[in-house]
Amino acid sequence: MKPKESQNTVDLYFMEARAKLIDIAAFMDRVERDGFTDDFRYRAFKDALGELDSRNRTENVLLSLSDQTDALIPEATTKAACGAWPDKPQ
Amino acid sequence: MRYIEPHAHMVSRTTDDYLAMVTAGCKAVCEPAFWAGFDRSSAHGFYDYFCQLTDYEPKRAAKFNLPHYSWLCINPKEAEDIALADEVIALIPEFLGRENVLGIGEIGLNKNSRNEMNVLEKHVNLAAENDQLILVHTPHLEDKRKGTQLIVDLIKSDSRIDPGKVLIDHVEEHTAQYVMDAGFLGGLTLYPESKCTSARAIDILENFGSERLWMNSACDWGVSVPLAVPYAAQEMRRRGYDDDAIDQVFYRNPVKFLSQCPNFKIR
Repeated sequence: MKPKESQNTVDLYFMEARAKLIDIAAFMDRVERDGFTDDFRYRAFKDALGELDSRNRTENVLLSLSDQTDALIPEATTKAACGAWPDKPQ
Repeated sequence: MRYIEPHAHMVSRTTDDYLAMVTAGCKAVCEPAFWAGFDRSSAHGFYDYFCQLTDYEPKRAAKFNLPHYSWLCINPKEAEDIALADEVIALIPEFLGRENVLGIGEIGLNKNSRNEMNVLEKHVNLAAENDQLILVHTPHLEDKRKGTQLIVDLIKSDSRIDPGKVLIDHVEEHTAQYVMDAGFLGGLTLYPESKCTSARAIDILENFGSERLWMNSACDWGVSVPLAVPYAAQEMRRRGYDDDAIDQVFYRNPVKFLSQCPNFKIR
């Protein structure tokens, strides 16, 4: 699916992406300044940043943050997801 | 524009939201049964909830001239109590004859546990035995990849289920291909943080085609935007899409899928 009249993607999205990039930088500065760099979510976040050099960046970032096992767990002990896989091998 | 809101938890929303949706062009709203934000203490709570979804809420929506449809189930977040789930599933058949019921949903997995899968299998069986459409919730965030594959594999293995009558919701870039390859339809959920932005949802349409995908707001009691669907349409316009392309995604696609249920009637 493509629009009949395509737009310049950079014109459309650069400022939004620029703002998000600066927010990521500020988040990382804040976490490091406050001493939470050992949090598994932050480690997963930094790992996922490495996927920005890959070809399918969005899919690979999502996969990097995903549970990579395939078996059912014995029991759900919480209802919420946290956004990163706690048992990811380091 | 005209659009269908295929997934909205309106019992959690205000009349202002109904007014805004109708003003933006909403022609029908579909409400899956879901978790209330707390565990219900007994099956009686679900009985009352199913009455709300099939009686009171359609009347509330009708005050805004908006047709309201519902899907019924016990949400996977409450599936660890198998005895309760069995009681609730046993209640559902008496509600399937109500005139605004579209099918079984939103069923699925949450944390990918054995009991969740057990309850999912019972829901799929209920749908197969009663020839119902199925709306599937896929897990959140880090649990989505694994859960989506488990769900797709389970439903695909049931020869009684026509994949064209199953919508797998909350797909993202890492799950869309798996869902589409299995012959199911996919839903793109527009959330500020935890699911798809408008821009990403349109990227997925561009990468996977627009024939078997729809968009929804899944607005509920949490951080969510009841007008996310028309906002996404506006984003498509910004990218250069014409009215016909927008109408296909936001109106004709959901109407085609939902019209497989005789209860779904659109003016």
